[in-house]
Amino acid sequence: MPMAERSIAVEVEDLHKSFRVPSRRIDTLKERALHLLSPVEYTTFEALRGLSFEIAEGECFGVVGRNGSGKTTLLKLLASIYRPDRGRIRVAGTLAPFIELSVGFNPNLTARNNVLLNGVMMGSTPKEARRRFDEVIEFAELEEFVELPLRNYSSGMSMRLGFSLMVFSEADVMLVDEVLAVGDASFAQKCADVFQRMRDEGRTIVLVTHDMDSLKAMCDRAILIEDGVIELAGDADPVAHRYLQINLSGPDGPPPIAVDGGGAQDAARIARTWLEDSSGERARSFEHGSPTRLCVDIDVRARIERPVLAFEICAADGTQVFGAPLALAEQDGRLEAGEQVEVRATVSNLLTPGRYVVNCALSQNGIDAVDLLRPAAQFVVTGEHQFGYVELEWECEIERRPRASAVEAVDR
Amino acid sequence: MSAVGSAPALRDVPGPSAVGGGAKRFFELTWLLASTDFKLNYLDTAFGYLWSLMRPLLLFGVLYTVFTKVLRFGGDIPHYADLVLFNIILYGFFSESTTRSVGCIPGSEHIVRKTQFPRLVIPLSVVLTGLFNLCLSLIAVFVFLIATGVTPRLTWLALPLILALLLLLTAGVSTLLSVLYVRFRDIAQIWGVLALAIFYASPVLYPVEKVPHSLQWLLLINPLAPLLTAGRRLVIDPNAPSTVDIVGSAWGIIGPALVLVVICVTAFWLFNRAAPQVAEEL
Repeated sequence: MPMAERSIAVEVEDLHKSFRVPSRRIDTLKERALHLLSPVEYTTFEALRGLSFEIAEGECFGVVGRNGSGKTTLLKLLASIYRPDRGRIRVAGTLAPFIELSVGFNPNLTARNNVLLNGVMMGSTPKEARRRFDEVIEFAELEEFVELPLRNYSSGMSMRLGFSLMVFSEADVMLVDEVLAVGDASFAQKCADVFQRMRDEGRTIVLVTHDMDSLKAMCDRAILIEDGVIELAGDADPVAHRYLQINLSGPDGPPPIAVDGGGAQDAARIARTWLEDSSGERARSFEHGSPTRLCVDIDVRARIERPVLAFEICAADGTQVFGAPLALAEQDGRLEAGEQVEVRATVSNLLTPGRYVVNCALSQNGIDAVDLLRPAAQFVVTGEHQFGYVELEWECEIERRPRASAVEAVDR
Repeated sequence: MSAVGSAPALRDVPGPSAVGGGAKRFFELTWLLASTDFKLNYLDTAFGYLWSLMRPLLLFGVLYTVFTKVLRFGGDIPHYADLVLFNIILYGFFSESTTRSVGCIPGSEHIVRKTQFPRLVIPLSVVLTGLFNLCLSLIAVFVFLIATGVTPRLTWLALPLILALLLLLTAGVSTLLSVLYVRFRDIAQIWGVLALAIFYASPVLYPVEKVPHSLQWLLLINPLAPLLTAGRRLVIDPNAPSTVDIVGSAWGIIGPALVLVVICVTAFWLFNRAAPQVAEEL
């Protein structure tokens, strides 16, 4: 799909936006009066620093970035919710924002009123909104709950309603923020189908997401925003790749959880854990296929009988992808006080691109927990797009035969 | 769906504003928000209408009893009960709409931070909801007036004029309060006290002719005074004096009219200035 043939749907030029954060918040007249003589100092937070990009008509355009990178600010500027400090945004036709789907509803109103109100908010006339109402409810599968106030809806139900509103939006350009994981599996499939249909119809979609799989599956092109500027723009695959690479280079993830074992906690400690690549360098990002080495140092303070170090590798959704127990003292069956144990486990990297967490647990006699480190390490696997958690060994043959006859085909 | 082929031209996005997007859309949104809210609060609950009448009626009962039985006031005023009830309903519209407007912008956060629409719709829809309620209450008031012997007159038809001016005043004050509240959260408490002061400073429980000479300046700065006084002359007692009669000059009208204009202009100016940033400050 060459760009030049299509007209521009969204054009952003040198977009700047900063927020003034007061050092001390004054939000009452009383405080204002008390602080008449001491001016409030502001620190300026630059959320966006000169963004420029173009989106072609009919394109599905991804916007990715870590939390706080500025992508939500960009979305709100596009949606006319914030006003840019500098720069220009131009859009061809109408634009409908779908930001945090279920949050835009009034919990006291029924689904019917919320749908009508939301439709008019998004720029429809009340008549159009009423006309679309049945379709919206039917798609959301909420026919029985039309007169129920939204406060009585489950979060899944209101998300479905929000998504359904989006489906029937007639805007030329749609801004969609983090909505692909809506409802149960069958509804999620329905949503995926709808997106596909919208793309086929030539709707312009701006998709903000953290999910690189859907980015790669849906989007033609994407930009990666980092620290208020465009870090990378281009085809979806390299952008997703880069996103995964930088995603763990920043501050560490959640702090490790301390163990609450059965009395044996002080006997030994998992002192250090890290990951190394094939050249022996410490690393947090691994190319698919390159071996990953898990390194664990253990300090033993008191004797441990039949010590076992178990590790597991979990995917971002918590699924345990692989795990194994390592007996640390095969010969004599125990570790003595003062010993240091260095474990180096090399794992072939069959994982598909994504985020992974390593957890380690040290136990004795097979049951008593001694120490637990969760997460012990985090890493990212980069590479070509594939589904699932691991790449199995596979091969495939495709054979094509010419059609025998038209009659036979009809009979079938 | 979108018109593929005849691609629309690129246009600058409007950005958030107080009134942008066309008069039709502005009115539709205000009407829809107000009618939805009205249905929710007054019609959907059991006895919703009676319930909405209970508050002003109870207030009327208490004040009327205190003033006539305890303070022995009002014996010389024709149709005093009708006057008090009528005024309480009119003032009730003003005070209820303004009070509900104070926090209306943060209260609509769910739409302000998610969608683009003319921000002035928010306070105005609150006022419009109050107006619906006022119109329903007035039906009950007129039933009461006729039942207690007030003669229906052609001048009753001029009441919408009074209501229109009252609506303008209420809309102006509501807009002003809603925009100030975003910056200063103690406006809520301040307005609570101020609204009470305005209640007693306006000829609600007493007619203008009872205002002592030393306090007549109050009539010159209070837009509610000539409105309530004119309402009384049109609806209840054609022989009652006007504000101009009491003050002794046309300033009885011009003064409050100027105040009304100043309130509305200030409110609109402030709101228009704050509207583009309002989503950031919530």
